[in-house]
Amino acid sequence: MSLEQLYQQIILEHAKLRTGSGLAEIPVPAGSSSGQSHQLNPVCGDEITVRVAVSEGKVAQLRWDGAGCSISMASASVLADLAEGMEVGSFTKVIDNFREVLRSRGKLAADPEILGDASAFEGVSKYAARVKCAMISWVAAEDALAQALAPSPAAP
Amino acid sequence: MAFTATSESQALLTPALGDDEVLRIRNDFPILSRSMGGHPLIYLDSGATSQNPISVIEAEQEFYEQRNAAVHRGAHLLAVEATESFEDARETLAAFLGAGVDEIIWTSNATEGLNLLSYSFLNSSLPGAGATAARFALGAGDEIVVTEMEHHANLIPWQQLAERTGATLRFIPVDDAGVLDLEAAAGIINAATRVLAFSHASNVLGTINPVKTLVAMARQVGALTVLDACQSAPHLPLDVKDLGVDFAVISGHKMLGPTGIGVLYGRSELLNAMPPFLTGGSMITTVTMERAAFLPSPQRFEAGTQKVSQAIALAAAANYLTETGMGRIHAWESLLGQRLVEGLASIPGIRVLGPAPGQDRIGLASFDVAGVHAHDVGQFLDSKGIAVRVGHHCAQPLHRRLGLTATTRASTYLYNTTSDVDAFLAAVAEVRAYFGA
Repeated sequence: MSLEQLYQQIILEHAKLRTGSGLAEIPVPAGSSSGQSHQLNPVCGDEITVRVAVSEGKVAQLRWDGAGCSISMASASVLADLAEGMEVGSFTKVIDNFREVLRSRGKLAADPEILGDASAFEGVSKYAARVKCAMISWVAAEDALAQALAPSPAAP
Repeated sequence: MAFTATSESQALLTPALGDDEVLRIRNDFPILSRSMGGHPLIYLDSGATSQNPISVIEAEQEFYEQRNAAVHRGAHLLAVEATESFEDARETLAAFLGAGVDEIIWTSNATEGLNLLSYSFLNSSLPGAGATAARFALGAGDEIVVTEMEHHANLIPWQQLAERTGATLRFIPVDDAGVLDLEAAAGIINAATRVLAFSHASNVLGTINPVKTLVAMARQVGALTVLDACQSAPHLPLDVKDLGVDFAVISGHKMLGPTGIGVLYGRSELLNAMPPFLTGGSMITTVTMERAAFLPSPQRFEAGTQKVSQAIALAAAANYLTETGMGRIHAWESLLGQRLVEGLASIPGIRVLGPAPGQDRIGLASFDVAGVHAHDVGQFLDSKGIAVRVGHHCAQPLHRRLGLTATTRASTYLYNTTSDVDAFLAAVAEVRAYFGA
């Protein structure tokens, strides 16, 4: 497999674009509930914080801050593009599908109908050492979403 | 007393291996003729793990085919032969390090050697440890000193020991050029210092530390010295008695040996006063249901079934290195190290860590590529058959000190050629353009 199949043009572009990056600068939309998750890859020291805001059953906003390789940064950028405006249920299904493709060791082809631009990461599944790079922001988003959906603690 | 760093390098005194000789050496390493995705393998990750010559692989096979039996027990001839091979291996490693035979303890790896020491010191610090163990006991007010450039293996065991005994962990800082601040060290190593643990050569920076200077500082205050020789023993002539350290650890798989084997060197007088770390069979004299008496070193620290075939294969590795000549290996790798650092420094956007070109370093170089993450650098090189290490190299505090999270490291050994280095440099020169940095 060639390097170009791993680093597809869309990945190299998103690694620079960093769509949705910058947590502090943009506040959570009024009236939404939000959750935030920080994930660390101890192998390389890459880290990412993802914040997901949910409003009326939809992902109202996904913002992130992070430092890492082009795969992890591009993956977070694509994720932010994809998530905003999506129904919560569909978003969960997309995360599950992305994980399944990434963990397939090259056996599953990505379906662009489901994953959109995130299909570009299917080549990563053949590089076991890089799967975590592509997954890290999605794992953070899943955790942040669960927090956003958790019933808020009762007022004292 | 003023302490100054003096060069302890032998590199300039001994003629280096030559390219022709290295080509012959390469024939002894079957894996080096592999092709990786259509490219000949260029292996520049020996700092992580080295490759094995056929003599090492055969030594392990020969043991299992001809001599395998339990050592230090059993009256049959096979057991005697196995024991002899195992103890011959200890003699070989003792000679390799300039130590006495009873001063060589087999460990699973260097990490275990360092944990053996820290746990033995912890055992010495417990109530009822006894008078002979008192010199290793630590408590509140005592200090353990490490350096800012340590591998996690020579940091975390001491952090844990400090936490459990109430002792304080201090460290000698590293300057921007990746050199230990010896002036600071002279203040940090003081009357409260009980242990000084430091690496001989940095696995990230390539810096060769002034061992004798640091040992002199420790001796002046009566502190024990622990040398992490993982990146030095495989690459340069090393004599523990000449260096004057109390303890040293080495890793087998970084010196052409198999995994699962390392050595802890300790001065015999100290080892025989230290309480054991692991206890069980093979390390005792008399056992009752209530208590046990322990054998002297080295058996005192070798409880349970030992790493017999690995020890024998490691001895074959030490023999291979000795026959090639450690001085000549060091001289060759110094040339490769300089070629690496000079080449990298001349590529725009590359920041090389550690000593500047022309200054002493072992045959490795770590670097940062502006705008490109180390994992991407490593992936790009891998696509050309070039194997390097990426990440924090088990030295997070050092990377933080240098303002980085991950770097790329190329590390050479006696089987690397100048054309390996040149192919690597040519590939690194293309990295930023590929990623649009």
